[in-house]
Amino acid sequence: MTARRLRTRSPWADVALLLIGACFLLPLLWLVLGSLDPAAGHATNIPQRPGLENFAAVFTPELLFRPLWNSLLLAAGTGVVTLTAAVLAAYPLSRYRSRFNTPFMSAILFGTCLPVTAIMVPVYGLFVQLRLLDSMPATVLFLAATSLPMAIWMTRNFMDAVPLALEEAAWVDGASRLSGLRSIVLPLMGPGLGVVFIFVFIQAWGNFFVPFVLLLSEGSQPAAVSIFSFFGQHGAVAYGQLAAFSILYSVPVLALYAIVARGSGNALALAGAVRG
Amino acid sequence: MPANHPGRQALRYLPVLPAVVLLAVFLAGPVLWAFHASLTNAGLTGRHARNPEWVGLENYQRLLQDPAFPLSLALTVLFVAGSAILGQNVLGLALAVLMRRARPAVSATVGTAVVAAWVLPEIVAAFAAYAFFSRDGTLNQLLGAAGLAEGDWLYAVPMVAVILANVWRGTAFSMLVYRAALNGVPAELTEAAQMDGASAWQRLAFITLPVIRGSIATNLMLVTLQTLAVFTLIWVMTAGGPANGSTTLPVLAYQEAFKFGDIGYGTAVATVLILIGGLFGAAYLRLLREQKP
Repeated sequence: MTARRLRTRSPWADVALLLIGACFLLPLLWLVLGSLDPAAGHATNIPQRPGLENFAAVFTPELLFRPLWNSLLLAAGTGVVTLTAAVLAAYPLSRYRSRFNTPFMSAILFGTCLPVTAIMVPVYGLFVQLRLLDSMPATVLFLAATSLPMAIWMTRNFMDAVPLALEEAAWVDGASRLSGLRSIVLPLMGPGLGVVFIFVFIQAWGNFFVPFVLLLSEGSQPAAVSIFSFFGQHGAVAYGQLAAFSILYSVPVLALYAIVARGSGNALALAGAVRG
Repeated sequence: MPANHPGRQALRYLPVLPAVVLLAVFLAGPVLWAFHASLTNAGLTGRHARNPEWVGLENYQRLLQDPAFPLSLALTVLFVAGSAILGQNVLGLALAVLMRRARPAVSATVGTAVVAAWVLPEIVAAFAAYAFFSRDGTLNQLLGAAGLAEGDWLYAVPMVAVILANVWRGTAFSMLVYRAALNGVPAELTEAAQMDGASAWQRLAFITLPVIRGSIATNLMLVTLQTLAVFTLIWVMTAGGPANGSTTLPVLAYQEAFKFGDIGYGTAVATVLILIGGLFGAAYLRLLREQKP
């Protein structure tokens, strides 16, 4: 930003922005107030006697810890598999020139355009055939495949930014390709890899449809699916507990997002990695 | 380096293999399986689950005769046009433009509010949107307090409710894309126009928008694809109802396959959705290629 810029600030912009911002906060109001209100319903009310009863009620191994643990296994597993495959794939794509690169990257980019909800029916069929329904590792592999195209693009971009000359210096000293990758390239692109991992983790943590279709038994369901247990029999819903659980389930990804947004100074690293 | 030795070249690309296997088994495989299964009468349970029979184009003929299909195709177009192309895209651009003219503290605060709805897990966002629009929800409370007519929005105008909810949920993406794009517009251009007496609107229409048109096209393509795939939000808010009134293609595919157990027919719906996605994907690739200098 140059100091001499003729930036015209306008109070109307402040007003308009604050109005829009308020509209974005309104739906979240219920979540926060409801979680603190033991008598919460659909309606957004200032709690008559606010308290942490809802949080206390969901603080059990059954309701909270096992689903969150499953979410963690799912998201971290997906992150590790995706990142490993993405780093391996990105290395030759970044370091060697070949007429194979451009079509491969185009095909990968095309893969990011596939509507994942559309392939859930065939994926269910595939899992039935291979007897993989209700298998956590298989679900992790599928989630990893869906996030791989984006992850390969991001990883390659980060790897391209590491100068080849540094690696060549290591080779001269007798290092192999693999140890060059491990001791020179990966440390230098550490923050970038962190972004990719968190990006994949957030997506897997928040994914509802995939575990909803592929993980059937209660013991393996992540929080995104187990949340339905707050809808009791005969349509009775524990709204306060639902809100409290939602907040506990959301906090980890909000925190991770804040780390990325602050660390990279550019939240778009999460959003626009495919802008060519 | 004898880089063009074929065996050696193949060996160098060995590390790509795990990614290729994952993508082939879990993405390409299901897509091909979808084309195949949509030509059978595969079922979720019973006789047709074990031994699906080949029925040719029967499922697609049924699609054309089923009144639910053209309706859900139209609702999908409405959902994408209303919430992505108009809603998220225009509101995202407006937010990005306003943020450059507002106080930094205000734009940072509002930016956080917009992004929060986007970062929340989708099921939580869907519950929040459901509670907001429901009969005794926040929206009606506000309208009642303002002396305006209340309504049962999820039943009376389910599409309006899910479109607004998706705008709330997804605008952050467009906002971030446009903030980055506007940061890339050379300040000299707009400043020169300002010196020449161009109004803010004129500068936006004749300088800023033409300069960022590449980002606009890219953003339109991406939000279209993301919105095409939305399932959770609609399913939690209305479950596609009332009377198929908000059944978009992903919801229809899910219902046919898993609720009615007709995998073959559900896969035919999914195949149509895959083809639409593929069409947009191909257009997106072309667009990026043309943008490269």
